[in-house]
Amino acid sequence: MKNNIQKTAYTTLLALFLACTYSCSDDITEKNEQFHALNPTNTDDLAGTWKTFLLTTPNEFPLDAPVATNTPAFTREINEIKSYQVNISEDQKRIIKYWSAGGVLRWNEIMRTLVARHNRPPYQNEDGTYPAPSAANPFANPQFPFSNPPYAARAYAYVSAAQYDAMIATWHYKKLYNRAAPFTVDANLQVLIPKSTMPSYPSEDGVLAGVTVELLKLLFPTEIAYIDGKAEEQKLYRIISGANVRSDVDAGIILGRKIAAKFIARASTDGTGAAIGNQVLWTQLETQTAATGETPWLSLDLPARPPMLPLFGKVKSFIMTPEMVVASRPVPPPSTKSEQFAKELAEIKSYSENPSRKNMEIVTFWADGVGTYTPPGHWNAIASESFVEQNYSEVRWARNMALLNIAMMDAAISCWDAKYFYFNPRPCQMDPSIKTLTGVPNFPAYVSGHSTFSGAACAILSHIVPAKAESFKAMAKQASDSRMFGAIHYRSDCEKGLQLGEKVGSFAVARATTDGAE
Amino acid sequence: MKKFYLSCFLLAPIFMNAQTDIDGIMMSKNNFCVGAIYQYSSWDQYWEGSLKRENLNLGTVSTKSIGLMGNYGISDKLNAIFSVPYVETNASAGTMKGQKGIQDLSLTLKYMPLEKTVGQSTYSIYALGSFTTPLSDYPADYLPLSLGLRSRTASLRLMGDYQRGNFFTTFSGAYVKRANITIDRNAYLTDEIHYTNEVDMPDAISVNFRAGYRSNRLIAEFVIDNWVTQSGGFDIAKNNMPFPSNTMNALKYGVSSKYTFKKIPELSLVGGYNYVVEGRNVGKSDTFYGGLFYVINLKKTNKQDEK
Repeated sequence: MKNNIQKTAYTTLLALFLACTYSCSDDITEKNEQFHALNPTNTDDLAGTWKTFLLTTPNEFPLDAPVATNTPAFTREINEIKSYQVNISEDQKRIIKYWSAGGVLRWNEIMRTLVARHNRPPYQNEDGTYPAPSAANPFANPQFPFSNPPYAARAYAYVSAAQYDAMIATWHYKKLYNRAAPFTVDANLQVLIPKSTMPSYPSEDGVLAGVTVELLKLLFPTEIAYIDGKAEEQKLYRIISGANVRSDVDAGIILGRKIAAKFIARASTDGTGAAIGNQVLWTQLETQTAATGETPWLSLDLPARPPMLPLFGKVKSFIMTPEMVVASRPVPPPSTKSEQFAKELAEIKSYSENPSRKNMEIVTFWADGVGTYTPPGHWNAIASESFVEQNYSEVRWARNMALLNIAMMDAAISCWDAKYFYFNPRPCQMDPSIKTLTGVPNFPAYVSGHSTFSGAACAILSHIVPAKAESFKAMAKQASDSRMFGAIHYRSDCEKGLQLGEKVGSFAVARATTDGAE
Repeated sequence: MKKFYLSCFLLAPIFMNAQTDIDGIMMSKNNFCVGAIYQYSSWDQYWEGSLKRENLNLGTVSTKSIGLMGNYGISDKLNAIFSVPYVETNASAGTMKGQKGIQDLSLTLKYMPLEKTVGQSTYSIYALGSFTTPLSDYPADYLPLSLGLRSRTASLRLMGDYQRGNFFTTFSGAYVKRANITIDRNAYLTDEIHYTNEVDMPDAISVNFRAGYRSNRLIAEFVIDNWVTQSGGFDIAKNNMPFPSNTMNALKYGVSSKYTFKKIPELSLVGGYNYVVEGRNVGKSDTFYGGLFYVINLKKTNKQDEK
C-alpha cells in the first residue's frame, strides 16, 4: 500500500514535469527566416532607363571601369572566393541564407528593428517638461531619434527612394560595363545561391550596403556599429557565395555612398528638423482653435506633452507639392457641439465599455504603438511577404518599396497637415469616462494616422499586386477600425483617414504607371 | 502520525507567481479542505530594468483577486491541491482600461516521502509538482494590466521542514519551466523584431523561506520569497511598454498567519501581507490577503450517508 502510493506519487510528479517540459519546446519558427533566395523571374535588364527620384541621370555619379576578367588581378579575386569556400563556417552559411533573400528586403527588416528600438517617447524632466531628442547630440537623454510614425514614415521613404535610385544607376552600369559574373568566367567556381544572368559589376548588394549604411547613419546615429555589422555580413555574403568578386562589391559601395549623399543633402533641408515646433506655435494652435468655438486638442499624457511634430505637414514630399497637400485636405470634422459628434462619441464609448475578445485582438494586432515598427513598418512587413512570393529582381523590389514608402510618407505629411489644421480632441478628452484599449497617441484625432497610412499603402500595393487587392483592402479597413475599437478615434477620423490615404496613394500609383517599369 | 490533523495550507500571493502550497503541512487522508482568499495588491512605483520609477499615466496599478482553492488528502503523505483565481486589474490614472476575468488553473501534487521525529524535533521532506494553465482567453500582451502571463508552466519544488516544539522553519526551491505563449500580434521586438506570434518565455527559479510559530490552533510566520527569471528575458527599455517575456524578478518579505477556531475546528482563517523589497521589471507591490477555509472529512460523510 505504502509502496504503491510512493510509486504513484513519484511517477505522477515526474510525468507531469516531463510532459510539460516536452510540450514547452522553445523552438519558434519566424516567418522571415523562411524567405527563399532571390531568384527573379524577370531580371529587368532595362531598369537602367527607369525614372529616378533625385538622380538627374543614372550616370550622374561616375563609376570607374572594372578590370577585365582575363587579367591576373581578376583571377586573384576568384581565388579569394575559392579560399573562403574551402573553409566555409556554419555562421557564414547562415549569413548567405539570410542575405540571399534580397538586400532590399533585409535592409528593410533591419530598419524596422531600428525604428522599433527608437520608437519611445522621451521621459519627462524633474520639472514636468520634456527633453527633445537632438540630432546634434544623439547619445544624450533622450536618444535621437524618437522614431514615431511620421519620423519612421519619412525614414523608410528616404532609404527606399535612395535604394531605388541607386539600383537604377547599378543597372545602368551593369549594362554599360557588362562584366561577366565570376561563375561565368570560371566554370569550376561553386555558386551557393541562384545564378543571375545580369553582369555583376557593380554588385547590387555592394551598392545597397553603401547607400543604406550612409542614410541609416543619418537616421539612426546611435546604431552605426550595429548597421556596420550588418553591412559587413552583406559584403561577405556576395563574395563567399560566389556571386561577386570583391571589386564588384567595393565599386558598389563607392557608388552607393555617392548617391546617398544626394539624399542626405535633401533630408537636411526637407523641414523635418523644424517639425517639432516651439511653445509659441503650440499655444497658437490651441488659441486659434478655441477662437473658432471648437474644443482644442489637449495632451492626455501626464505630465502634458507637447504635440507630436505639429509642422510635419510642411515636410517636403517626393511627389506631392505643398499645393497638392492643401488640395487633398479632408473636409472639417463634425463640430464638437454637433449631434453627429455626440453620436460618434457615444459609439466609441460603447466600444470602450463592451470590448469583445475579437475586438481586443484587432486593437492589439494593429496597435503598432510605442516600441514597435509603427504602422508604416507594419505595411512594409505586409508588402515584403507579398513581394517575396512575386520573385522580383532587386531593382523591382527597390522600386516597389520606394513607391510604397513614398506613398506612406505622403500619408504622414497629409495626415499631420489635417491633424494640426483642425486640432480636434480625442474621444477620452471629451468624455474622461471613456477608457482605452491601447495608448492614446499624443496628437489630435482627425484624421486617423493608421487609417491614412493604411489607405495609402492599400492603394499602391493593390496596384503593384492586383491579385491581393481584396486582402489589402480588408487589412486596411481592419487597421482603421482598430482605432475605433480601441476607443481612441471617432468614426469620422477613420473613414476620412482611409479616404485621404487612398487619395495620396493615387499619386504614387500615377507615378508607378509612368516610371518605365510597367 | 500527522501532527496537524486539521491543518489547511497557508497561501502566498496568487498573482503572477502563485505559490499556494509551499508550507510543511499535509492534509490527512480523505480530508478535503476548501476555501477562498481575497487578495489586494497594488503599486505606484515599478522597476524599468534596474531603475525604480513612477508612471503618472498609470497612477496606482491594483490587482484584486478572489481565489477558490482546495486541498485533498489522497493519503497522509500525498495531497492534491488546486486553485482558480478570478482577477481584476485597474490603473487609477491615465486612460488605459483595466481587465477582469478568470486567470490560471493551478494543480499541485504534494508528496511527503519522509518524516522523522527525534526527541522534540520533527524533520520532513517534500516534493511538489505543479502545473498551471490559463482558463480563459485573456491577453497576456497587455501589461501591466493583463490578468497574467498566459504561459503554461510546470514546476518541481523540493522542500524541507524542521519543527522543534512550536517553532519551525521551512525552506524550498523550485524550477519553473514556462511554455511559449501566443500573443495577438505577429511581430514584436525583443532586441530585434521577431516575425511570429509566439513568444519564448524565460524559465524561473523560486526560493522560499519561512519560519515562525506553529501549533494546532495558530500559525504565525514570516516569509522571504525570491523569484528570479532565468536567461532569455530582457529589460524594459527606457519609457517603453513592458512585455510578457521581460526578465521579472522580485524579492518579497512578508508575514502570514492562520487561526483555527476552537469551537469549530474545521474552520480556519488565514491572512497575510507581503511587499516587494527589490525587483526588476515588476511593480513594487504591497499585497494583503485574507480568507476562510473549511475542512470536510469525506470518509466520515460517506459513513453517515450509509446510515
